[in-house]
Amino acid sequence: MEKTVNQKAWFLVLPVLLLVAFSAVIPLMTVVNYSVQDTFGNNQFFWAGLEWFSELLDSDRMWDALGRQMAFSAIILAIEVPLGIFVALNMPKKGFWASLCLVLMSLPLLIPWNVVGTIWQIFGRVDIGLLGYTLDKLGISYNYTQDFFAAWATLIVMDVWHWTSLVALLAYAGLQSIPDAYYQAAKIDQASRWKVFRFIELPKMMGVLMIAILLRFMDSFMIYTEPFVVTGGGPGNATTFLSIDLVKMALGQFDLGPAAAFSIMYFLVILLISWVFYTVMTNLDKREG
Amino acid sequence: MAWMAWTLPTAIFFVVIACLLITFTILAIKFPETPRVGVLRIETTRGDRLFITLLGSAFINLAWLGIVGANQPFALIVCLIYAAAVFRWV
Repeated sequence: MEKTVNQKAWFLVLPVLLLVAFSAVIPLMTVVNYSVQDTFGNNQFFWAGLEWFSELLDSDRMWDALGRQMAFSAIILAIEVPLGIFVALNMPKKGFWASLCLVLMSLPLLIPWNVVGTIWQIFGRVDIGLLGYTLDKLGISYNYTQDFFAAWATLIVMDVWHWTSLVALLAYAGLQSIPDAYYQAAKIDQASRWKVFRFIELPKMMGVLMIAILLRFMDSFMIYTEPFVVTGGGPGNATTFLSIDLVKMALGQFDLGPAAAFSIMYFLVILLISWVFYTVMTNLDKREG
Repeated sequence: MAWMAWTLPTAIFFVVIACLLITFTILAIKFPETPRVGVLRIETTRGDRLFITLLGSAFINLAWLGIVGANQPFALIVCLIYAAAVFRWV
């Protein structure tokens, strides 16, 4: 029997389309409009052309923030992904302890971002915080409000604490889906622990790991709340990441034009990287399928 | 619409993008195609190639603005060459 082609189902997508139009497309168009104009408030705009774009491209401000952002994302990915895999490999496979581990692992993921920031802000304080106080008593100079290294270390450890669970849970799900037959075959071949990991577990986890890396990259690339609460972008500009710089520019200085130009370039970078990740992921799926 | 601070150039920009999307939608309905693998070793359809073209064009324009800094319309010629290359080989 011949299948009838009916495209009317597309109309069911209309509500989503409307919602996305109002929540994303129209605001984005407005940002594009702002980026080529200057305003002194009162909804009066003056044509500025590409001035803001060339100004930002020539200034160090955006490049420095982008550099810091890239460094931050690279560092947390380099720690969280191997650590997450390591945790997943060592989690109990079934029974009471497996459930308990899963619940404990998900706890950090449930905490609101500004609460995470506040927890670490207090935890690291030298006068009342457990971490700061202990380090100080041990004779280690640690002050995240004044020391560049301490500020970065605090933010990285905080992010690792907050998000390694996500990588671990995804990797764990990937591991659970491997049939026992693979391990039995490996045992017959007397494969070493490393070989089992390299040729069975890692390839089978690849799909979920790519999702984990994409999610962690996007989240860390857009990170705002936690560093804002803990360091506020300081000391100096040491932890001023892209989104913090953007908010400073748009709301602190009320430079809507430059901030709009900044947002567009920020958006383009995110779009490019997401596209690369997405393409790699779907191609991996196809090759596996 | 006043709150959106429209200008003629940005309006033209969005109209062009909208027209491109509509054209490619009509093309996709009238002439269905099978994805092909190009120099990037990934499967692409016409829509994918349009996306690669538009995203790349944005970066070409920014690079022109940052490196050359003058005669911005000439960047569009580079974009057109890039677009032709993407549609031919990607």
